[in-house]
Amino acid sequence: MPVMEDRLENKTRMDATNVESPPDEKNRSLIKISDFDFFYGDKQALFDINMDIAEKEVTAFIGPSGCGKSTLLRCINRMNDLIEIARIGRGDVRVNGVDIYDPRVDATVLRKRVGMVFQKSNPFPKSIYENVVYGLRIQGISKKSVLDDAVEKCLKGAALWEEVSDRLDTSGLSLSGGQQQRLCIARALAVEPDILLMDEPCSALDPVATAKVEELIHSLKNDYTIVIVTHNMQQAARVSDRTAFFYMGKLIEMNATDQMFMSPNNEQTEAYISGRFG
Amino acid sequence: MTTVAASSSKSMEQALFGKPTKAKSIERVVFWMFRLATYFVLLCAAVIFVDIFYKGGKTVFQSEFPFVNLEFLSESPQTLHVFEHEGQQYELSDTKFREFKETIDETIVTETYAYSGGGIWPCIVGTLLLVLGAMLIALTLGVLSAIFLSEYSRPGKILNAVRLSILNLAGVPSIVFGIFGMGMFVLAFGWNVSLIAGWFTLAFMVLPIVISASEESMRAIPQGLRDASLALGATKWTTIRTNVLPYAMPGILTSSIIGVARVAGETAPIMFTAAYALRDQLPWQGLEHWYDFFFQGVMALPYHIYVVSAKIPQNEFTSRMQYGTAFVFLFIVAGIALASILMRIRMRKKYRW
Repeated sequence: MPVMEDRLENKTRMDATNVESPPDEKNRSLIKISDFDFFYGDKQALFDINMDIAEKEVTAFIGPSGCGKSTLLRCINRMNDLIEIARIGRGDVRVNGVDIYDPRVDATVLRKRVGMVFQKSNPFPKSIYENVVYGLRIQGISKKSVLDDAVEKCLKGAALWEEVSDRLDTSGLSLSGGQQQRLCIARALAVEPDILLMDEPCSALDPVATAKVEELIHSLKNDYTIVIVTHNMQQAARVSDRTAFFYMGKLIEMNATDQMFMSPNNEQTEAYISGRFG
Repeated sequence: MTTVAASSSKSMEQALFGKPTKAKSIERVVFWMFRLATYFVLLCAAVIFVDIFYKGGKTVFQSEFPFVNLEFLSESPQTLHVFEHEGQQYELSDTKFREFKETIDETIVTETYAYSGGGIWPCIVGTLLLVLGAMLIALTLGVLSAIFLSEYSRPGKILNAVRLSILNLAGVPSIVFGIFGMGMFVLAFGWNVSLIAGWFTLAFMVLPIVISASEESMRAIPQGLRDASLALGATKWTTIRTNVLPYAMPGILTSSIIGVARVAGETAPIMFTAAYALRDQLPWQGLEHWYDFFFQGVMALPYHIYVVSAKIPQNEFTSRMQYGTAFVFLFIVAGIALASILMRIRMRKKYRW
């Protein structure tokens, strides 16, 4: 399988530039999901999920469409609250040890700590500047110097500053698809989250824009814990430290990405990774 | 091989240049049907408009300076006196006739025509006030309930029932609203025939339009904007305030204003609740307290048209009044609609996605 080898080689190269040792032992668990069952109405979408997501790592969720990976992602910042028929059957999701589904938890505060980037880039129809500071403005921050700093810092953080610094007043919608997606990342960074959830952030982007976003993900993991849902296995192999494979609402296998792609323990994982289904 | 190609190219030619197929002929007939139907509608509209503009124009405009019949636009309706004096034909409204009588000694015998002199200023004022007030009430109530329906309420049987009853409200004949307004506001609340009773009656009539237009405009806002805002830690209300309402506003305003403009033309809802056939005072004149303003009845253009065309003996002088009033009324309604369209264009430019 030459393609596979190529992919893995690529991955090793990326790791080589990143001097850090294998992340497994070093990083503590930030998100802990235990015995988690989740329903849409009567239909069970997630079955008995148990996983630990480590701090300052990139964790990729892969699996065929409808396997529950996006659903689980949306459970981590309670975006599923917005769906009327969604409910939790059993188990809990703990972020930093706190049960986020505790009735005392304010979901809006949680979402400031757990940011999200969506599949379809969705900048507000406002200026680039206003897009970035939106999360700050709704917290009542209106001091010009604070906002200015945040804009520069976040756009730099999202590798977009060079491209847009001279036209912060133009509409966020005037940017190209890839730029829009990076603007959405910058916007998410502005509220200073600990965790960034990314729901197929590159699925609507061309290869060049995808490469830029992937590069960005790589640089972001020094400061943020990133969970990324992706359809694209090469992408998972390129950007993630650990990979979780879902199938039919169940977590089939979760392991360090290298190991997962090189020698998956589970037959289904192997079949999916090698492209035999999905 | 060549013969086959030749024969097939010949049949191709026959097919392409031959008689039109049956489907093609039907297409032609149907196309002309559509076209004629459109022309017919256009013709009807044109006849109505030309008739009103021509005859009404004669009342509203005049050949000498200032070219607009100021008396018609600025006076109250009065009795018209028609008489001959020293070989000259005079048509004077009541006030002018009294002044004229002062200047001469002899008694004059006149023919009088009720409502045919003076102008329609109080009706213009009344209609504008009614439209403004009804719009304010309808927009406030309508937008608030639309926000609830589209953003907060849980889908289900109750919501469907609410939507259905709102839709049904749109089908209720205007006279029923008029009777309801009279029973509710005029009699039960004791507001008498007044602006405020008319406002609420008209507002309830436009509510279905405002609510469904607002709901539709809000639902047209991409879900992605709401998700993005919520994911940044905004509450639902913040999201609605910053990312739904501003972008939905152009749609809400245009549809609502056009709805109100349409309802402003209704006579039935105001004839029992707000409109007087004749009232000399404008609603802000002779008030004891400022809030008495809300409880003044007014004259209104649609009701005035009804009165001058159905309630008094018809003659050439009343007909002038009818057409003049209709002209001004059309002009005002078209003006409101135009203003709302211009506003939408402006707002759309500001917000795009």
